[in-house]
Amino acid sequence: MNLFLDALNFMFDPANLTGANGILSRLVDHLWYTGLSMAVAVVIGIPLGLLVGHTGRGRNAVVAVSSAARALPTLGLIFLIILYTGLGVGPLIVVLVILAVPPLLAGAYSGLEAVNRSTIDAARAIGMTEWQILFKVEMPLAMPLIFGGIRSATLQVIATATIAGYVGLTGLGRFLIEGLALRDYKLALAGAILVIALALCVDTILALAQRLVIPHGVARGLTRHPDESAAPTPRQHGRVSPAPSNL
Amino acid sequence: MLWLWDNLDLVLGLTADHVRLSIIPIVVGFIVCIPFGWLANRYTVARTILLTLGGVLFSIPSLALFVTLPALLGTRILDEANVVVALCIYAIAVMVRGAADAFSSVSRDVISSSTAVGFSAVSRFWTVEFPLAGPVLLASLRVVSVSTVSLLSVGSLIGVQSLGYLFINGYQRDFPEEILIGIVFTVIVAVLFDTILVLVGRLLMPWTRATRRRRWVTSATASVSA
Repeated sequence: MNLFLDALNFMFDPANLTGANGILSRLVDHLWYTGLSMAVAVVIGIPLGLLVGHTGRGRNAVVAVSSAARALPTLGLIFLIILYTGLGVGPLIVVLVILAVPPLLAGAYSGLEAVNRSTIDAARAIGMTEWQILFKVEMPLAMPLIFGGIRSATLQVIATATIAGYVGLTGLGRFLIEGLALRDYKLALAGAILVIALALCVDTILALAQRLVIPHGVARGLTRHPDESAAPTPRQHGRVSPAPSNL
Repeated sequence: MLWLWDNLDLVLGLTADHVRLSIIPIVVGFIVCIPFGWLANRYTVARTILLTLGGVLFSIPSLALFVTLPALLGTRILDEANVVVALCIYAIAVMVRGAADAFSSVSRDVISSSTAVGFSAVSRFWTVEFPLAGPVLLASLRVVSVSTVSLLSVGSLIGVQSLGYLFINGYQRDFPEEILIGIVFTVIVAVLFDTILVLVGRLLMPWTRATRRRRWVTSATASVSA
């Protein structure tokens, strides 16, 4: 337990909190990398996933991309891209976007695919246009899975941005990497705790946001019929579990 | 490619390490998920607790977990056990959710029928529920296998031997080819594991293929008659 006390001492020492290499500035960097790459990834991944889910075209490609992305080791991908493009925030963001798009795509696509066909037929029968069907019927019903995709993509980006410390960038992972390099376990542990705390806080905030975004009827339907939603892709808690059937 | 031939022993040795270290979490995840998955499927309270806990554990970034475990387990920082335990935690977190869904995917009618023909609770579980939950369990296990193989390489940042060594070494030497070979071999290991799991699944659950074909035929006839 002494190790944890040492790490906590480091974290709560005012000298380590502020300044260019302080916890706050690295936290801001970590959030900046995460926010920027998630923003780009959402703009690419969600519309594409909705398009594929709505039209049903290109679904094989989406399934292939999302399962292939799961097999690719992120560490190797980062190092490879950075060797080709050079160090910097830009290449890191590119890698993070590449990692974040597949779960977003899979979430949006599988969310739309899970919508009951007869519901969509009914919407079409009462005269809704394709856009209305997408925005007023399919998207609200698919929201738990779309949001689940956003949550798992965000977690993956936060985790991977930790490795940014190894390629000379900052972020909270920098403490961890410096600690490992200097064989200063206290520092590494403090970095690890900070990263874990960040991931859990962000995920909690997203979980709360999810409650606000998901229509009440959809959320209630999910809890009321646990048996019906127990298909291979779990839907109850809205996280896209790594869509098993895709592999 | 020349580099690969010159260093084939190194690459194959690392591949062997990679295979050895990633098998443990996959097996542990599969075994542990059965009782927990049963619990989660049987009791709503257990389900909420287990799945929430699993979600929290799963959201911990891997590198941070690798580094935190020595302080919790009393292991040395370079110990392989840190990475293996961390990957086991992830595997269990995913598998328990998968198992809970797998068991609840078994039709209620089938369970009632087997009770009616005289199965005891235990033999019903092992001879009816468990095999019928098999396809969904297998799907989760395949996800676990792929992500374990991919995550293991992060462990090389804390000095655990795996194919991830090639990433770090290649990066430090500014030698993309070495990283590329590391990625290719990692993917080969992942595909190999996946193929084995699929084949074992076919062997143990021969009915899954038959049902799929029958379903296809019925949907085809349905569309014809429509």
